[in-house]
Amino acid sequence: MGQGRAGRRREDRLTAMKLNDEEQDILAGKAGPVPQQALQHQIKVGAFFGAADFVPVTQAHIMADTESLGEAGVQWLEALAAASEGQRRVRIPTITDPRGTDFAKADLLGHTQAMLELERRAVAAFEKLGVAMTNTCINYQTIQAPTRNEHTAFGDTGVVIYANSVCGARSNFEGGPSALAAGLTGRTPRYGFHLPEARRGTLRIQVDHTPTTLNDWGALGGVIGKIAGNYWAVPAIEGIEGAPKSDQLKHFGAAMASFGSIALYHLVGLTPEAGRLSDVASADLPVHRVSRADVEALQQSYRTADQVDVVVFSAPQLSLYELGDLASLCDNRRFSVPLLAVTSPQVKPDSDRMGYTARIEAAGGSVLSGMCFYQSYAREISEARGWKRLATNSAKLVNILGGYGYRPMLASMEACVEAAVSGRLVRT
Amino acid sequence: MNARIFRARHAMGPTVRGLALVAKDGFSARYDLDRIKGIFSRPSHKLAGQSYVGKVLVLDTAKGGVATAWMLHEMKSRGIVPLALVLNSVNPILAQGAALGDVAMLAGFDEDITAAVSHGAEVEVVPQQSLLRVI
Repeated sequence: MGQGRAGRRREDRLTAMKLNDEEQDILAGKAGPVPQQALQHQIKVGAFFGAADFVPVTQAHIMADTESLGEAGVQWLEALAAASEGQRRVRIPTITDPRGTDFAKADLLGHTQAMLELERRAVAAFEKLGVAMTNTCINYQTIQAPTRNEHTAFGDTGVVIYANSVCGARSNFEGGPSALAAGLTGRTPRYGFHLPEARRGTLRIQVDHTPTTLNDWGALGGVIGKIAGNYWAVPAIEGIEGAPKSDQLKHFGAAMASFGSIALYHLVGLTPEAGRLSDVASADLPVHRVSRADVEALQQSYRTADQVDVVVFSAPQLSLYELGDLASLCDNRRFSVPLLAVTSPQVKPDSDRMGYTARIEAAGGSVLSGMCFYQSYAREISEARGWKRLATNSAKLVNILGGYGYRPMLASMEACVEAAVSGRLVRT
Repeated sequence: MNARIFRARHAMGPTVRGLALVAKDGFSARYDLDRIKGIFSRPSHKLAGQSYVGKVLVLDTAKGGVATAWMLHEMKSRGIVPLALVLNSVNPILAQGAALGDVAMLAGFDEDITAAVSHGAEVEVVPQQSLLRVI
């Protein structure tokens, strides 16, 4: 009886959200067990956050590297994929974040056959579910950027913060299971950044300079992320001059999301919802000033060694422009330590066509695609290759890799390339 | 028995009872854990080196990253998982991960829960009543 009462209470929670007729049918299993299971999951999450109902979404983006999935996650996907044809496919364009390997470069990464087999199984399951294997965390640069007020279900924090802030779209962080659920049902619980009131600024940030390099943009994002400190905080940022480029805001947002779990910021006078401060925030909000010294201090906190075992450009995947810049720095150089540049499957063919890949690899580097370094068994890569001291221009990457046993160091693309040549990262 | 009770605004999962691992720090399965050894591995984390397996984690907030949505499920499949997550605030990822992994979770208290609960205290997490009981 006790279990029965608990069960009823749980059902009460499950049905607290208002469901339309279609959603009632899905929940009743009339569309099959896969959408039913997906909606049940979404209701659990929606009820947890007090969502009143669902909102239709136009695109979903799934983070599901096999290091995160593990055997259990892949089996879970395979169970969904085993449903009969016609009852298991996604209803809206649903794409994937980077995979757990680049099959063409698996030996370089020390990936085992077991890892590759798990990856193949996950891909096969996703394809049966109708998911498009785009394998990119820069879909806003390579697949289709969302538009203002477009409701989406994006995974990868860097994607979400860019879509929300730069594009003015509406998404929460949707982890893999929830993004897949959104793809399968075509909707997501209406809470968080789908609600206009949650998009108002909660703190003001005044910066005294505008960064130029990608590592500086990332470091500034990291500093602001640490100040803001939690998912529900929305920084309204003043003081940025000029028009930042997409790659700059890519690193800025990815680092802010990584350091602070931030999903939305406003650049006053620049991003679409923040023509003026009063559009997004009250003038009496607490003001935090961020100086060039704060940005430099964050970068210096990662300069823990001089020797470098590996140089990595990743997190987020590189755009064609970044690869072009890197190729120029690689001309007539010869690397003494490995240099990895990671991009998306959409950009890689262009990099090949433009000759960027050949120029980077002529210096001894490697251009990988469809993965991201930290999503590709970073701990096992370190153990297999003996890489500990890692130089990168990605603030997001240095924030993540400490837990994987690395000593990550943050520097400019130019300094990282020099480190690949000499094996030493020069202090600036 | 004198028990102190704290009420949460958000709750899900089964009722569990265990020892609390408390820190004014964040949580991300990818950023902070060695999920093979079952310990906090990020050197700068206040629980670095401590085992999280079978413990009620009482922490401040969620960190960046979406991997926890899968990783709680994966850790549970191997029995290398926290017993429950109790946080001042969570992001959707932790809630989505707890939902998939059926891990007990409470979030949103009227006081700083990391200051209210002692490290090592025995606690009961009762999501159906949205409460944390310190025994």
